[in-house]
Amino acid sequence: MAKLEVGKEAIEKKGWWRAYKWLILRRASQLGILGLFMIIPICKMLNPEGDCALGWIIKGNLSSSKLFDAIPMTDPLLFLQMIASGFTSIAIEAVIGAVIILVFYFLVGGRVFCSWVCPVNMVTDAAFWLRQKLGLNGVGTRFTRNVRYWMLGMILVLSAVTGSLAYELVNPVSMLHRGLFFGMSLGWIVIAAVFIFDLFITKRGWCTHICPMGAFYGLVGKASPLKVRADARDKCNDCGDCYAVCPEAQILKPILKGEKKGILPVISAGECTNCGRCIDVCGEEVFEFGNRYKR
Amino acid sequence: MSSSQSKKSQSTKRVVSRRRFLADMAGTACGVGLFGLGIGVYSQSANAIKSLAIRPPGALAEKEFLSACTRCGICVRDCPYDILKLAEVGDGVATGTPYFIARTDPCEMCEDIPCIPNCPTGALDHSLTDINKSNMGTAVLIDQETCIAFLGLRCEVCFNVCPVRGEAITLDMRHNDRSGRHAMFIPVVHSDACTGCGLCEKACILENESAIKVLPTHLAKADFAQHYRLGWDEAKKAGKSLIKTTDEHKYNLPDGVRYDHHGEGLITDEGGNPVINLPSKKEPETLPKKSNPLDTLNNGIQEAK
Repeated sequence: MAKLEVGKEAIEKKGWWRAYKWLILRRASQLGILGLFMIIPICKMLNPEGDCALGWIIKGNLSSSKLFDAIPMTDPLLFLQMIASGFTSIAIEAVIGAVIILVFYFLVGGRVFCSWVCPVNMVTDAAFWLRQKLGLNGVGTRFTRNVRYWMLGMILVLSAVTGSLAYELVNPVSMLHRGLFFGMSLGWIVIAAVFIFDLFITKRGWCTHICPMGAFYGLVGKASPLKVRADARDKCNDCGDCYAVCPEAQILKPILKGEKKGILPVISAGECTNCGRCIDVCGEEVFEFGNRYKR
Repeated sequence: MSSSQSKKSQSTKRVVSRRRFLADMAGTACGVGLFGLGIGVYSQSANAIKSLAIRPPGALAEKEFLSACTRCGICVRDCPYDILKLAEVGDGVATGTPYFIARTDPCEMCEDIPCIPNCPTGALDHSLTDINKSNMGTAVLIDQETCIAFLGLRCEVCFNVCPVRGEAITLDMRHNDRSGRHAMFIPVVHSDACTGCGLCEKACILENESAIKVLPTHLAKADFAQHYRLGWDEAKKAGKSLIKTTDEHKYNLPDGVRYDHHGEGLITDEGGNPVINLPSKKEPETLPKKSNPLDTLNNGIQEAK
């Protein structure tokens, strides 16, 4: 039998929608969030004199924003950098905002930020897709995924040493999100660099090896209650599709093969982004979203 | 025997893998460290040339601002005149931080200062409620060669558009030496009242660059020379002049040297011990008092030419 393409089996067995459901919902979430930030700017652009009566749903960007002109949200990693840089008289609004974001991502899984919200995810997913299409799998170099934790430490030290939010000068995540709403020209070079890095140099290089924001949210989500479960792992037929799509494939094996060792069938690693792509592509329906506790 | 051998090979393996592990870790740390160093140098070089960016009203001092501002752009959204921009890579202003360009889009000085209250961190100081007390920068009449007021022509546009009219910019009436019979109305900026809104810079009638420009206050203002005591200020504080005008003036000259106030100048007495190189006797003749004091001040320049 010829080797089926990744996900083919799932499409055949479960139908198209269920084989793409989480991917489509995820893209809808990413684009929807961009859209919410854009409603008023677009309205003003189309109708500069008129009144955009709906008012702001969400204003700002991922670094800091305000929902319905009332609920503050602040990037907690940026908040930590602020403290590290020596600015401690932070207004209470930003403190509340950081706590809100921390609690939210603790509940739904830290790296839900990465796969459901972050706009760079679409860039790096595109690079990954093209890398597969062009057959570049062996191209480039590999290095440890722990770099991101070093990066996390480094940007905090950097804030302390420079006394400013120095990483924000180059952070592609906030740069892209800001650039999409407030305009950007040279910044696109930074985004292109991330794309090219992921395409030619390291497979899934930025998001799963380097990005300190991903590392931070990974730590936030270590003990999150919402996790992907593999309760039906005995049904696994070793097709390898989940390994092929998972951005953090190293976390799958211990769970799928760990029944004898008494490992819970829960993808409990903080690195998991809860993207749900493994649920999509598994024809045997091994995976599902669930809680992290014993059943 | 065989078991001890295998133990040994295991332990060598462990040493090798530990070495490998440490080497990998050192490599990672160095790589990340270099990257951090790069960003650090970049951020410092951006600071080396002091930022020329004019920040929104209420912005903290630049150094503090750079650690307080989340670069969220809420102030940009809340500005009803849409003058604020977020800096991009290559703008020469810290990426993502808000600023405005006075020549094209000056601050319109809204009374309710809508850009401030939604600032989440307080990078724009919430306690600023009177826009006239804001200090976004300080206007400087930087090109006195081109400013038409200095050419003796009437303009006063910057004076008239100033929202703190008559306080931040006043007109100083001076004699027009060129015509000899007209007045010049020279705009003079008073930094204590100037908000740095930039309306004057925008209004300047010159083409392209304005003669009056808003600069960040730290660039526009010199630090006062602390070793000076201004007699008139001290007199005000004391309520009377600190100098007794009745005292005879003393010259504190070395022994045997006197000063003649009426033309002779320094005189060394017989047996005196002059420590100063006295001018030759001839020179006083070439330095007579002229009717125009400027000629005295400029003395020597003509010969040098």
